[in-house]
Amino acid sequence: MLAEKYAQEIQAILEKYPPEERRAAVMPLIYLAQREKMYVNREDMAEIGAILGISATEVASIVGFYSLYYDQPKGKYHIQVCTDLPCALRGAERFLQELCKRLNIQPGETTADGLITVEPVMCLAACDKAPMFQVQSGAGLQYFEQQTVESALALIEQLRADAARRFKSPLERGREGHGS
Amino acid sequence: MAHNGYVLLRHREIPDLDNLEVYRQQDGFKAFEKVVTKMQPGEVTEVVKASGLRGRGGAGFPTGVKWSFMDNKNWPHYVVANADESEPGTFKDREIMEGNPYQFLEGVAICAYAVQAKAAYVYLRGEFWELAARLDRHIAAMEAAGLMGDKLFGTAYSLRIFTHLGAGAYICGEETALLESIEGKLGQPRLRPPFPPAYGLFGKPTVVNNVETLTNLPLIIERGAEWYRSIGTEKSPGVKVFSLSGCVIKPGNYELPLGSTFRQLIFEHGGGIPEGHAIKAIMAAGASSSLIVANEQALDTPMDYESVPNLGAQLGSASVIVIDDTVSIPWLINKTMHFFRHESCGKCTPCREGTFWMSHITERMARQTAVSGAPAPEDVKLLYDVASQVRNKCLCALGEFSIEAVMSGIERFQNDFEVAAGEPQTATGD
Repeated sequence: MLAEKYAQEIQAILEKYPPEERRAAVMPLIYLAQREKMYVNREDMAEIGAILGISATEVASIVGFYSLYYDQPKGKYHIQVCTDLPCALRGAERFLQELCKRLNIQPGETTADGLITVEPVMCLAACDKAPMFQVQSGAGLQYFEQQTVESALALIEQLRADAARRFKSPLERGREGHGS
Repeated sequence: MAHNGYVLLRHREIPDLDNLEVYRQQDGFKAFEKVVTKMQPGEVTEVVKASGLRGRGGAGFPTGVKWSFMDNKNWPHYVVANADESEPGTFKDREIMEGNPYQFLEGVAICAYAVQAKAAYVYLRGEFWELAARLDRHIAAMEAAGLMGDKLFGTAYSLRIFTHLGAGAYICGEETALLESIEGKLGQPRLRPPFPPAYGLFGKPTVVNNVETLTNLPLIIERGAEWYRSIGTEKSPGVKVFSLSGCVIKPGNYELPLGSTFRQLIFEHGGGIPEGHAIKAIMAAGASSSLIVANEQALDTPMDYESVPNLGAQLGSASVIVIDDTVSIPWLINKTMHFFRHESCGKCTPCREGTFWMSHITERMARQTAVSGAPAPEDVKLLYDVASQVRNKCLCALGEFSIEAVMSGIERFQNDFEVAAGEPQTATGD
């Protein structure tokens, strides 16, 4: 149950919006539900609906509309390579094809160990640093810019090693590294 | 064009400007303190009007005028910073928020005071997840320093700023779709009027301003409207961050006075076209642009809100994508159409169905071009026909944007759509 697991965080999220506009908290609550398993299931949607006073179907419609929410399990790490026009002009399509080839998958597929999904994605606002991709996991989202196939493969090896050791992923470590 | 030092990208000159202490040493939050303690809200709006600042998100609407439309009979008021930055080719707001976050947040605060909002939301695209976490820490630092919260600077004025993360939808950059998204609904545009200053977030009067627009405010208050007007052109005062990408040696953000020419941006600052290729086309407003034929006259055109339309295009958010002579236009419009098909929110039939069918045609055309050098003439005609039927038929600009490159490409680059003596064109700039 989300309400027990994340009681404080749910409270902090609800406080961001006027009390009579609880529904506004639906997007952050879906992110919360996605944190551990990288997707939301029917039970999560029903519970979020109950917290906010809307139906599970309405929560499902939000999950379906936005591309960073998932209602099906995928790889633990989503590597999303921007192949929109500005990046494509700087070699992003070739980068994606080559990376997938080296991982023995097609774009959109997940590696045999179930850890890494590689797919093309729409513009990520990093057009001057192509080829680039984001890595999404339950822990969050991080950008990797000015990449080569070799640097991407090295990162993937690191993600795999960390997943095996159950240490913090480079994503989590990277986030802690940013002081404000 | 007096322009000494950066106005927006000041972190490039001042190290650690994302540290609150450093920002305050640079007179940070003096402007916010000044407006709260010494100015009436209406006076702030008048200064911004006098500065001639225009919205930097794309539409170029005068910022102070927008604020003056706020309905003062309906409360509370809200301010929303549009940090959705999703136009292919645009990456300026991200740099501002990463490098110079407090100037942006101070701008949000000044705007909020001017319209007497007690709550402001920063709507960031979901991919800016890390950035949102950093902004949250910056906001907490402001609260700890007494720059945010209740009874600011010993007055009755209180303000809180909250971040809200989107989740991957280009359409949420459209201001009414953005408001729907904060409200926890599908990000789909509203019928307008009423506009947000009358009926905005939670049905209350709301100012929605772009990140870059807001980041101008502290220095406008500090240095005055006259100073701001001394930069740029008469109708487009101030500086603009131009995001330069595509076939260019030094892509990146360039802060220049409005009215700088395409030639200055692309060749002086951007270093020109790589590998000795020639420039072929310019998209001045990202993927939503008409294609500008990059001839001498175009290159010497000032990049401001009134001059770019003379080229049959718009300045928009000033995301300048450079296209060189290796790029085939049928390939390019297939790229942009694929984007708009993916991002159409599905509310209006001409956009939803139009982008779907147009992307089918452009896909076929790109394949034909790769094989035989040009698309089938009947497909070119069909595409143009479908595109012209999308025009002026949708609630928001997305449908409109989807056909800009298509129609201008077919009209202005006819050679790319005709068989060129059996010579297949390179598919991409790779």
